Parts: sequence; C-alpha cells; structure tokens
Amino acid sequence: MNLVVCIKQVPAVSELPWDPQSGTLKRNLAEGMMNPACRHALEAALRLKEIHGGYITAISMGPPAAAEILHEALALGADKAVLLSDPKLAGGDTLATSYTLGRAIYKLCPDFDLVLCGCHTSDSETAQVGPQLCVELDIPGVANVEHLQVRGRTLIMRRLADNFLETLEMDLPGLVTVTTKQYLPRYASLGGLNEAFQSSEVRTLTAADLDLDGDKVGVAGSATRIRAVYAPQAAKENVVLKGAVKDIVEELFNRFGDRIAGAIGKDLNGRQ
Amino acid sequence: MAASKDKQSQRSIWVFGDYRNYFQNRVTLQLLSRATDLAGRIGARVCATVFGHEVDEYVGEYIAHGAHTVYVVDDSRIKDYNVDTYASLMVWLIRQHNPEIVLVGATTFGREFAPKVAKLLATGLTADCVGLDIDEEGLLVQTAPAFGGNLLAEIVTPARRPQMATVRPGVYREIPHNYHATGEVLRLSLPQDLPRPRVRLVSAERQVQREQRLEEARIVVCGGRGMGSLKRFRNLAELARLMGGEVGATRPVVYANWAGQDALVGQAGRHIKPQVLLAFGISGAIQHTAAITGADFIIAVNKNPGATMMKLADVAVVADANQTCLALIKELKKHLRG
Ligand SMILES: Cc1cc2nc3c(=O)[nH]c(=O)nc-3n(C[C@H](O)[C@H](O)[C@H](O)COP(=O)(O)OP(=O)(O)OC[C@H]3O[C@@H](n4cnc5c(N)ncnc54)[C@H](O)[C@@H]3O)c2cc1C
Ligand SMILES: Nc1ncnc2c1ncn2[C@@H]1O[C@H](COP(=O)(O)O)[C@@H](O)[C@H]1O
Repeated sequence: MNLVVCIKQVPAVSELPWDPQSGTLKRNLAEGMMNPACRHALEAALRLKEIHGGYITAISMGPPAAAEILHEALALGADKAVLLSDPKLAGGDTLATSYTLGRAIYKLCPDFDLVLCGCHTSDSETAQVGPQLCVELDIPGVANVEHLQVRGRTLIMRRLADNFLETLEMDLPGLVTVTTKQYLPRYASLGGLNEAFQSSEVRTLTAADLDLDGDKVGVAGSATRIRAVYAPQAAKENVVLKGAVKDIVEELFNRFGDRIAGAIGKDLNGRQ
Repeated sequence: MAASKDKQSQRSIWVFGDYRNYFQNRVTLQLLSRATDLAGRIGARVCATVFGHEVDEYVGEYIAHGAHTVYVVDDSRIKDYNVDTYASLMVWLIRQHNPEIVLVGATTFGREFAPKVAKLLATGLTADCVGLDIDEEGLLVQTAPAFGGNLLAEIVTPARRPQMATVRPGVYREIPHNYHATGEVLRLSLPQDLPRPRVRLVSAERQVQREQRLEEARIVVCGGRGMGSLKRFRNLAELARLMGGEVGATRPVVYANWAGQDALVGQAGRHIKPQVLLAFGISGAIQHTAAITGADFIIAVNKNPGATMMKLADVAVVADANQTCLALIKELKKHLRG
C-alpha cells in the first residue's frame, strides 16, 4: 500500500511564548515533539504496512526544526520523509494548511492509497486539517477512526461518534484521522534514533518547489485572523485556604456555598 | 431597518440542526439562544437547518427555541447522518442565501462536517469555541482554546463569508421552550445532482453504557495519587454520591487500580467540563489538566501549596486530601439534611 502520514511538530512545554503583535506562537522558542495523535496515525500506517506491505511517506509542514520529527518517523519505519518549509507557508490556518499539504501529496505521491492524519493537534487543536484535506484531495474520508482494516480496495473503519459505535467503509484512495485510543505507538530505540538522525535523509521543499499559489498559503491564504491570545487562568482569583480542616470546610461553604449548591441543584441551607 | 429590507437581502445567522441524541445533545438549542442574542445586535434573522427523514418534531423545537426560519430537507434517502451528504446540502443552501454567520455544535459529527463545509466555501472556521461575540465593526469574535486550554485565542474572519464556528456544548444556555413562537418553514426537495456519498455506513450501534456520564457531569470529584490508598480513594465516591456527581481519576490512580480506566481524566482519557471540579491530591500535570479546561470552578486540595493544580484552582485548599474529603462529607450531610 502507498501510505502517506501527515505529522506535525508541536511544542512539548506547557508554558508557551507567543508573539502578542502577530498573535502567533514563537514556535522557534519552544522545544518540539511529534504531536501525540500524529504518532498514533504513524503507528496505524506502520501496522498496515506490516500486514499488507507498502511504502510510507511522512510529510510535515513546519519550521526547519520540524525535521526532527521526520527523522524520528524514519527511525520508526517510514520510508521517506518530506518537510515543507518556507517562510511563505508560516502562519497558515487550516484552509491554507490543507491546501499546502494536499498539493504536496499530489506532487510527491500522486498514487497514494491512504492518507493518515492525527485526529487533532495538541497546540492548535482544531481537528480541521484532516477533513479539509479530504476536500482538497477530493477523496472520501472519515475522522476519529479507532480501527482500520483493508479488504481489497475497500477500507473498513470503526469509530465512536456521538454515542454511536459506527462501522463505515469506503473505497480507496481515502483519508482517515486516527484517534489516540488505539494503535499504541511504538518508540524508537535510542540507537535507532541516533542512527536515523545521522544517516536518514529528510527532503525539504519550499513553496516554489511545490508550485503553490501564493494567495492560498500562509497568512495570505488564511481566512481567519488571530486577534488576541491570552491565558484564561490569569482571570482566576485563586483563594488559598489553610489551617484546620474543619475550619477550612466551614469557610468553603460560607464563601462558595452558592456555587456548589448551584452545581448540585439543591438548596444547601437545610442547616439548622 | 430590518423591516424595510426584503427577506432575501436581510442578514442572517444560521444554526445547523444537529438533532442526533436529542435529549443529551442540546447544543443546537444553546446555539439558537446565542444566535438570537447576536442577531439582535447586527439586525439579522436566526435560521436553522434540518436534514433527515421524518424530522418535523425538530423543526417545531427549533422555532420554539428561537429560529425565525427553518430550512428543511426531509427525504428517506438522507435519513442516516452522513457528513458528506449533509455538507453538500449545507453548501448548496449557503450559496443560495449567503448567511453572515454559520454556527455548528462541536459534536463529533459537527467537527467533521463543519470543516468540510468551510473548505468547500473557502471560508474561515474556528474550532470548538467557548465564546462568541460581535465587535464594533459587526464581526463575529470567536474565542477558542489552544494548547490544551492553557491559552485562549480570539479569532475573526475579516473578509470571507460566512463566518463559521463550531461551538462547544454547554457554553450557552437554551431559551426556554416557547409554545407560542411562530416561524417560517421552508421545505426543499433533495437536489437531483447531489453527489453520491462515498463513505458507507455499515452499522451504527448506540452505546448505552456510562460513556458520557463523566463528560456531562455538573460535579466531578477527581482524585490523584495524593489520596494514598484504595480505601481512602473510595471516600471520594461517597462525596460524589452526596453531591450527585461523578468520580474521575489521574493515571497513577488508574494504574494502581483504585479506579477503572473509564474514570481516567486527561489526554489519554476523558475531557470534562463540570460546573464544579474538586481535585484531591492531584499535582496538575499537563496531560491531566489539558482535559479539565472546561471546568467552571475548581477547588483543589493538596498538601503542597506550590502544586500546579493549586495554581489553576479558584480555591486552593492546603490540607490533607483524605481528611478534607471526610470533613466535606460530614458538612454536606449536615447541609443536605431536612
Ligand atoms: C503520554 C502520556 C499521557 C498521559 N496521560 C494522562 C492522562 O490522560 N491523565 C492523567 O491523569 N495523567 C496522564 N499522564 C500522567 C501525568 O503526566 C501525571 O503523571 C499524572 O497526571 C500525575 O497524577 P497525580 O497528580 O495523581 O500524581 P502525582 O503527580 O504523584 O501528584 C500527587 C499529588 O498529591 C499531593 N499529595 C500527596 N500526598 C497528599 C496528601 N496526603 N494530601 C493532599 N495532597 C497530597 C502531592 O503534593 C502531589 O501534588 C500521562 C503521561 C504521559 C507521558
Ligand atoms: N503543519 C502540518 N504538517 C503536517 N500535518 C499537519 C499539519 N497541521 C496539521 N496536520 C495534520 O492534521 C491533523 C490535525 O491537525 P489540526 O487540525 O491542527 O488539529 C494533525 O494530526 C496532522 O496529521
């Protein structure tokens, strides 16, 4: 099978520096890792390859540092790794990202059978790139897949959607986004990782290499604009209570009893 | 102003009618309520869509909850929820009527459906919003969480239309059912040239287990390693029972078998959004806290005042977790008596 996995590098830290002017993240400052759901998508691809044979191309769009996760993908068993990196591509929303990834897939592996994405990323969390990439590539697709099975040219998928356990099928080529519930990812040995970093090759392509329409990529190609980014926790009062447990609990009810009662849906003044 | 314009040219805010799991899934009604507020500010009408077969009850519901107009496509060929078919229908309708704003509930279905609609229309979409507002220029300001809710981003779609958002269930309160409300119902027949669905539904089985209980709970009592033992952890269940809430757990607790896998809250488990969250003996690792960002009010109990969980809390109780739990049980029993 000719498999394509889209993987994204996300910041590994929880404290994130962002640029208040542009409202975008200073990604270069944060240490990166492979997005967890992308790791599961790669694992699903590796298992399909184990069963059916085939070839895995890992593609990532991001800054030069994102080559790291592509080396890791190679160490884990991907056959080819391509980084789409160009300042023109930076700051794109899902519309621009799905266009860019779609064009790259057409250019690099026009004969793909299946594209695998993560169900969502841990930084932007949109879960939109997969479904939009289906439209870009004009292929059938299913999001949040937990289990995959290939039978001839048909893909059979299982997923949980809004309380329904669904079994779906589609003819290939197609696209799936993979959840983190199944396909527990393997990890590369340190030796394997070292070797991959030294010997494996990640191809880097720019917007020009891909003949991309400049009006459809990066900030220019994005329909949305980020106006402001802020930490919601800052708004919290953070009342600290300490001392004897009995007193604390009493104070808790005195000051926040209404809040608790509201959630319980009962009046808490039954006290004599 | 509105009266002088004819209906075709009046601005409108649309809500996609996501009626599956109707009794648990109130997000469409919540969005109709928010749309009504926003529409008042930009002089727009509120419209809803209903796609499916034998769906009249929902049409009535949506009018009773604020929709001025409902576009209905009722046909046995579209009786099953299908992302691609419903997306094609939505695009077809949006192209005819050019709404300003299109809102979709952030259900699993909505979060797959809306991106396809937005892409087909080449417009912007903001995912899983926790806030919607209108700014001075009349633009929709969409507040969405990022980085596991550690950040909130305000996003706008300045030029393209419609402005689209998926919105997290539970953010807005539905307007009470108004039996006297009247609205316009436009029944459309299924377009002939609708593309055939390329994804086939083989089977769909409703899950009746506790699947959503933790996610939907208004109160969650969550315990971490700091509870110390299975015996003590069980006190949390008693507290949760008294409060009519559910018990959640961190990963070490699940690994220690103090709680089942289905109680796991976090990146690898469930995402919760209770009105009140009580966190006992939890350090506040990102893999856990990423899933509690929807909690309105957090009470954390920890011996260590410097724990991350304590920093995230509205009320940080510096005390022994189990002692506090027992004292709360005692106090609650007093309050709930009689
Ligand atoms: C890939 C990955 C996925 C993960 N997914 C999840 C997930 O989905 N959910 C999850 O929860 N974790 C997850 N984890 C684990 C996570 O990183 C943390 O290890 C875990 O959340 C910590 O649980 P804890 O707070 O109960 O334990 P600890 O971090 O050990 O914290 C215990 C806390 O209890 C306090 N304490 C101790 N004794 C007492 C006492 N007597 N009274 C009061 N307080 C006391 C301590 O001060 C401390 O703050 C994941 C990790 C990885 C690597
Ligand atoms: N920059 C990117 N490079 C490669 N794949 C991406 C990129 N952004 C998103 N994806 C894919 O789309 C999935 C969902 O991302 P998102 O819509 O950002 O939540 C990810 O798990 C990836 O598979």
